[in-house]
Amino acid sequence: MLLGPSGCGKTTTLRMIAGLELPTSGEIHIGDKEVSNLPATKRDIAFVFQMFALYPHMNVRRNLSYPLISQGMRRRDVKAKVAEVAKILDIENILSSSVGGLSGGDRQRVALGRAIVRDPQAFLMDEPLGALDAEFREHMAEELRALHDRMNATTVYVTHDQLEAMQMGDKIVVMNNGVVEQFGTPQEVHDRPATLFVANFIGSPAMNLMPFAGSVNVGTSDVLLGQCRINIPKQLQEASGELVLGVRPEHVSLHTDGQYRGRILASEYLGTTQIVTLETEHGLTKARIGSNINVEVGEQAALEFDTDAITLFEQSSGTALNSERSSTGRAHG
Amino acid sequence: MADVILSGVNKSFGVGQSSVAALVDMDLHIPDGSFVVLLGPTGAGKTTTLRLIAGLEKTDAGDIHIGGHSVIDTTPAQRNVAMVFQQYSLYPHLTVRDNLAFPLKSPMLKTAKADIKARVSEVAEVLQISDKLDNKATELSGGEMQRVSIGRALVRSPSIFLMDEPLSSLDAKLRSELRLELKRLQADLGATFLYVTHDQIEAMTMATHVGVLDEGRLVQFGTPREIYENPDSVYVASRLGLPRINTLPASLINARPENAETIGLRPEHIVLNQPSGETDLAGNVVRIEPLGDQTRLHLSVAGQALVTLVEPHSNLNAGDAVTVSLQNPLFFDRNGMRLR
Repeated sequence: MLLGPSGCGKTTTLRMIAGLELPTSGEIHIGDKEVSNLPATKRDIAFVFQMFALYPHMNVRRNLSYPLISQGMRRRDVKAKVAEVAKILDIENILSSSVGGLSGGDRQRVALGRAIVRDPQAFLMDEPLGALDAEFREHMAEELRALHDRMNATTVYVTHDQLEAMQMGDKIVVMNNGVVEQFGTPQEVHDRPATLFVANFIGSPAMNLMPFAGSVNVGTSDVLLGQCRINIPKQLQEASGELVLGVRPEHVSLHTDGQYRGRILASEYLGTTQIVTLETEHGLTKARIGSNINVEVGEQAALEFDTDAITLFEQSSGTALNSERSSTGRAHG
Repeated sequence: MADVILSGVNKSFGVGQSSVAALVDMDLHIPDGSFVVLLGPTGAGKTTTLRLIAGLEKTDAGDIHIGGHSVIDTTPAQRNVAMVFQQYSLYPHLTVRDNLAFPLKSPMLKTAKADIKARVSEVAEVLQISDKLDNKATELSGGEMQRVSIGRALVRSPSIFLMDEPLSSLDAKLRSELRLELKRLQADLGATFLYVTHDQIEAMTMATHVGVLDEGRLVQFGTPREIYENPDSVYVASRLGLPRINTLPASLINARPENAETIGLRPEHIVLNQPSGETDLAGNVVRIEPLGDQTRLHLSVAGQALVTLVEPHSNLNAGDAVTVSLQNPLFFDRNGMRLR
């Protein structure tokens, strides 16, 4: 999963893997072969675009057969292959339909089918679900993931939708300004952001980031945030100056008594949970708590953080500081 | 600002056999100062409702009142409504200031120059774009352009703001910021908003009232909490809640109301591994799906797929046997209507 805001370089990365762009420098390998200077047609990969790239005047069967026929495959083999792919995608009943009359989902399935029939070494997908409405997107995301598990083919998938990335990815590459900010499993990227950018980009709402001036040494297990002592995971690295304490809204709880306090500004109801926004000495802080807990806008509340879920960052470099918690599974570029 | 009332409104598009009913007997009361969100999938009639109130479409039958007066025979300009669309409708060659002033320069309004100036700076202040007033519209980011679009609606003090998915082309972070901002703005101004979206998060977090539309009909109207906790039908229940409400055959349990065909289960209706008696069902874990903000637990119960939420660091693993107990689940009849 290549994930990042528009302009971060995710589509460029995909296009270079496909051979639609050439790298200015560096090498690209597919399997154990260097492909940096091979044309797109020699790379044995399949590209699925956001727009359904289908031939509107052909029926589904001919759309699926076309990539094979143009490769010079024998008619009988083409027929068998198309039948197999139609079965995988559950579109056997529409093989004779014309593409024009298909629903959005069926079109997307046929577009996928055209990529699958060639048995490529890798699939490249550029926001293939971007054009679908929310409900259907969720359904197709599950279908794609299941398809991937059945075929076990390497897939590089570009999206700016973090839920999609979390839901479907084995690994996520978070990109910004052409640079890889973090490469890790969805859980790692969420729980142990390597940089302030990742902390801010992943999560809905994003991680709470509270700047403070202070210093930590190897073994430090608390910091002073204003007047309040906050327990943190044992640190493995020294740092001082402008630091940032990061904690996700899921790891903030509200209580009546406690040192670190804030005024409740808003509560956003989300069904099972609610997001409470508080004004504290260190800026706005959000907490995601059960919607059965009663909160009054305007009231004061004490905030408590899950110690294990806290990450410290260095403001100047924007990178996370190593702690006992982060050292177990940190993966960076 | 004003109450907006639709009574018995019908609207079809096309003629004869190919005619499609877009709205059927729509009764809708938008109270003064409320933030009403219309929610429904593509084709449910959300945008048609908005366009009828704006006067961009004519009703086939029924009446529309704004501030106590029937408006069906008036032009869009006479209705004094403001629309904000998904696509920013700005004049690219004009500065932000001129874009904001434009609606006030209409010859119909005859606004004095000094008043225009004061109003524009006031609105720019509210939307935090004062420092961008002299920029060309094309020099703005997506979020800023949408703020200016909203600003163009604000300068006129219209009787109602009609918004058609104004945030849907923005990225997630900006969307969540503007959500809070729009809500604050509406509350501060005491303005009446009718807001169309298919994003349930927007509906839940901003609305004072949610209207759920299904194929041109208003099927439920209430606060977000009422719609979520007390839905009238399976259809309404499926509009709100992530993960989506689970539906199982009611025959799985004995303790069910007469005529119950379907059980509706949200995560808060599901208790794991605390057997409680007659609603206990045996199942097993299919997979655990960490999504960051929430961790989903996919279960198989009596051959049915069930999705619920679980603590991120639970001890459950794929294949584990679990007991599922139901706590105040929702029941629906064979037509999908709620049984209470």
